[in-house]
Amino acid sequence: MTPLLEVRNLHKYYPVGRNSQLKAVDDVSLSIQPGEVLGLVGESGCGKTTFGRVVLSLQPATSGEVVFDSIDVLSLQSKDLRRLRRRMQIVFQDPYSSFNPRMTIGAALSFPMKVQGMHRGNEEERAVELLNRVGLDGSVLNRYPHEFSGGQLQRIGIARALTLDSDFIVADEPVSALDVSIQSQVLNLFKDLQEEFNLTYLFISHDLGVVEFISDRVAVLYMGRLAEIAPTEDLFGDPRHPYTQSLLAAVLHPDPTLEKSKPSMAIEGEISTPIDPPPGCRFYGRCPKRMDICRVQDPPMVPIGPRHSAACWLHA
Amino acid sequence: MTERAPKACDSSVVLRVRDLRTHFFTNEGVVKAVDGVDFEIRRGEILGIVGESGSGKSVTGLSLMRLIASPPGRIVSGQIEFGGRDLVEASTTEMQDIRGRRISMIFQDPLTSLNPVLRIGYQVGEVFRYHLGLSRSKALHRAVDMLRATEIPSPDRRAQSYPYELSGGMRQRAMIAMALACEPELLIADEPTTALDVTVQAQVLELMKTICRERQTALLLIAHDMGVVAHMCDRVAVMYAGKIVEYTDVYTLFARPAHPYTAGLLRSLPRLGANLRRLASLEGQPPRLTRLPAGCAFAPRCPRAQDRCREVAPDLTRLDNGHQFRCHFPLENDKEPQA
Amino acid sequence: MHDTRTISRTDERPPDAAGSDDAVAETDQVLSPTRLAWKSFRRSKLGLVGSLMVLLLIVIAIGGEQFSPYDAYSMDSSVSLEPPSLAHPAGTDRFGRDQLTRLMEGTRISMLVSFVAVVLSLVIGIPLGLIAGYYGGLAGTVIMRGVDVVFAFPTILLALMLVATLGASLPNLILAIAVIFQANVVRIVRASVMSVKEREFVEAARAVGARDSVIMAQFILPNVLSPVIVQATFHLSLAIFIEAALSFLGLGTQPPTPSWGLMLNESRTFIEFAPWLTIFPGLAIIFAVLGFNLMGDALRDAFDPRLSQR
Repeated sequence: MTPLLEVRNLHKYYPVGRNSQLKAVDDVSLSIQPGEVLGLVGESGCGKTTFGRVVLSLQPATSGEVVFDSIDVLSLQSKDLRRLRRRMQIVFQDPYSSFNPRMTIGAALSFPMKVQGMHRGNEEERAVELLNRVGLDGSVLNRYPHEFSGGQLQRIGIARALTLDSDFIVADEPVSALDVSIQSQVLNLFKDLQEEFNLTYLFISHDLGVVEFISDRVAVLYMGRLAEIAPTEDLFGDPRHPYTQSLLAAVLHPDPTLEKSKPSMAIEGEISTPIDPPPGCRFYGRCPKRMDICRVQDPPMVPIGPRHSAACWLHA
Repeated sequence: MTERAPKACDSSVVLRVRDLRTHFFTNEGVVKAVDGVDFEIRRGEILGIVGESGSGKSVTGLSLMRLIASPPGRIVSGQIEFGGRDLVEASTTEMQDIRGRRISMIFQDPLTSLNPVLRIGYQVGEVFRYHLGLSRSKALHRAVDMLRATEIPSPDRRAQSYPYELSGGMRQRAMIAMALACEPELLIADEPTTALDVTVQAQVLELMKTICRERQTALLLIAHDMGVVAHMCDRVAVMYAGKIVEYTDVYTLFARPAHPYTAGLLRSLPRLGANLRRLASLEGQPPRLTRLPAGCAFAPRCPRAQDRCREVAPDLTRLDNGHQFRCHFPLENDKEPQA
Repeated sequence: MHDTRTISRTDERPPDAAGSDDAVAETDQVLSPTRLAWKSFRRSKLGLVGSLMVLLLIVIAIGGEQFSPYDAYSMDSSVSLEPPSLAHPAGTDRFGRDQLTRLMEGTRISMLVSFVAVVLSLVIGIPLGLIAGYYGGLAGTVIMRGVDVVFAFPTILLALMLVATLGASLPNLILAIAVIFQANVVRIVRASVMSVKEREFVEAARAVGARDSVIMAQFILPNVLSPVIVQATFHLSLAIFIEAALSFLGLGTQPPTPSWGLMLNESRTFIEFAPWLTIFPGLAIIFAVLGFNLMGDALRDAFDPRLSQR
C-alpha cells in the first residue's frame, strides 16, 4: 500500500549565533499508511514538535523530502500548497493560545471554510454539525474562546481541524495541557473520530501511556534523531534501543505496590541541546550499554522485526 | 475556639491542619478555593495532595506558608498547628523566620523561582546568611555542600553559574538545595516535576525521597500525576472543589478507593500494557468554584449519585483504620462507617 | 531551557477561571474581550473622572458659544482688564474680551488639534508598524531607522523645527505633531505585531491557508490595538500640551485666535496686575491633560490581562 505520508531524510537546522547550528531534526525518515496512527514520542529537544510543523510546511525544511499522497509538499508553489492544506490539519497543545481571542468560535470555525471556499453559504450549519460531533452544543457559536474550559476548547480545536474534511491530522501534544479527568474524554474522542472518518494521525506526545493507547505504531525521537520505530505492542513489549528502555523504565505507574518495589533505575545525566552535537550516537553520554563505536559513528537504522527498527550499534 | 496543647504522643506530628478555609473575594463572587480541609503530617512522612484544576491543592500549600495574595484571598478560618503555635495567627515576622528555615517550599517552574541575575551559589547561600547568620564565604561553602548533596555534578563550579546556564533538572535540584539547607521540618513541593522530562523527573523524585528520608524531613507533595503519587507517597489526600474527598494510605487509595471520584480518576488513566479499546473516562467538567452546586460538588459527574447527594453535602466519614472520605454512597470494601 | 516543557496547565489560572458544566457561560451577554475590558474600565473611579472631564471638554468644544452671551473676538475697552466677576467669571483681557468665552473657544482648538493629529498619527503609524513587524527585512529596517530619526530629537524641539520650517499655521502644527507621534505608534505596533505573529492562533490561520493580508487584518491587527489605544490617549494629552507650548512661543495659532497657549503668551505682560489672565488658561491646560491621562491610565489597566478579572 502506498503510504499517505512519506518523509525522507528530513533535516531542520536553526542557526545559533554565528557559527553554530541547532539540529532540531536531523535526518529523520519515516512513513505513515492511510488510516494509521503514528505516535511520535520523545522528551524536550527531541524535535517532535518541529517535525510536525515541517511536515505540514508550516516551517521550511533545511533539506529532505515530504511526500503526501505522492505530492512533493516542500516544492509546492503557494497556490498549490494552499489547496493541499485542505487535506492536512493540526491540533495544538494549548487551546487557549490556538484561538484568536477576538474571534467568536463560530467565526473561528467558519474561517477555514471561507479561506478555502468550501461549504459556501453553509458554513454555520457545518460548524454546528462539527460541534455536535465533538460533544458540544451548537448554541455556543457566538461565544469567545476564554469562556470555555480547556477540555471544551480543545474539542473545538478538534472540530476546527475537521472543517476542511482533511484526511491527515497532526496532533501536537493535544491533551498535555488538560486536566487528567478530561484527558481521557478527549482521547476517546480522538479515537472515535479516527475510526469514524478513517483519519490518519501523527500523534505527538511525551506521555507514553497516551501514546500507547492511541497509536498503531510508535516512533521514538532523541535529540533530533529517530531512535526506534515499531508497532505499538512491539515497542512497549520489546524495546530494543537503550533510550526507549530507559524511557519506559522511567515511567511512573499508578500502582504503589509496583512503584515502591521497583529498584531505582533512573538513568544518569541530562539531555543536552542538539547544538553542534558531536559525531556518533546522540545517546552516547547517557547510554548504559555504550560501546566505543557509538562515540565515533552514527548508528544506522537496523531492522529488528517486522516494521521494527532501532538505530543502535548493539543490533547492527 | 479553645486552644489545644500538643499531646505528648503526637510529638511526631509535624503539622496539623484543622478546618482550613481560604477564600478569594473577586469581582465574580467568592471563590472557596479551600473549604474545610483537615490533615496532618508526621516526621519523615510523605503526604500527597492530589487534585485537578480548581481542586484547591496549590492554594492549600500556599496557605500553609501564608503566601496567599491578600487582596483578593484570605484564610478565613481554621488552624495550622506547627511547632506549638497556630500559623494562621502568626505575625509576618514570625512567618519570615519560619519560611525557609522550618518550612520550605519549592514550586513547579524553577526558572521563575530563581533570580536570574544572581549566581546559584549566592542564592542557595542566602538561606544560610539570612537564617543562620553565616558570613558570605561560610554560606557559600555550605551552599556548595548542599549542591553536592542534591547530586549536581561539579558543585563548586556550578555554584558560580547563573540559572539560565542550568538545565531544568539542575535548577530544580538547586531549589531543593535551597529549600533543605536549613534542615526544615517540612518541605512543601508544589508540582515539582511537572515541567521536567520523564527521565529527569525520575531522578529528581528519587533525590527528594532519599534526602527527605535521610533528614527525616516531612514532605507535602502536591501533584496531579497519580504515577508520581504512587511512587512517592505514604499517605494521600484527594481534593475536589476545595475539600478533601478521600484521605488514606497510598496502597488503600489505589487498591480500594472509597470515593467515586478517586475511583473514576484511577480508572480513566491510560495505563501501559492495558491494551484498552477505550478509556473509562469521567464525564463532565470540574465545577466552577463561584457556582458550586448545593450538596456534593462531585454529584453532577458521579455515576452513583442519588437525590441525597444533590441536596446534602456529605460529611467526613472516618473509619477505624484511618481511611477517611466524604461520600454518602462510597464504594464497596472498607465502607462500614463508624457509628 | 531544553529539558523543561512549557505547559500552561489549566490549574495555573486563577481559581475561578476554567471549568464549568457544559452550559458554558453564566450570563446571556456575549463576553467579547472588548466587553470585558469595558467592564474593567468602568470599575476604575479615576478613569470615570477622567472620562467625564474629557466629555465636558468635547461638549464645550462642539457647542461652546451657545453657553456664552459673549463673543470670543468682540472687544470692549470699557471693561478692559477686569478681574473675575459674576459678569465675567474669568475676567477680561486688555481688549475687554471675555476670557471664559475665549477659553471655551480655545477648547475647540485644543480638541481639534489633538484629535486630528492623533488620528493622523494612527493612520500613518499603524500600517507602517504592521509592515515592519510582520515582514521585517529591508522594509522594516528602513521604517525603523526613520523612527529612530524622530526619536533622536526632543519632542518640543522637533515640533518647533518642523513648524518653523513649514510655516506657523494650525494645519502645519497638526502635521508636525502627527509626524512626531507616528514614530511612537510604529514602535508600539511593531513590537506588538512581532509578539502576536508568533502565537499559535496565527499559525492556525496559516495552517488553513490564509493569505498574509487576511491574517494581518483579522488576526494581528485586532490583537495589537490595545496598547495603541492606550498610547493614543496619552498622545491626546501630549498634543494639547505641545500645541499650547508652540502657540505660547508664537509658532502655533496666530492672534486673534484664542488658543490657550496664545492666551498664556498674551498674559505675560500683565502677570503682575492681572494674574487671572495667566491662571485660567493654565488651569484649562492642566484640566485637559489630566483628564486624558486619567483615562489613559484606566484604559491601560483595563487592557492588562493580569489586572482585569480573568
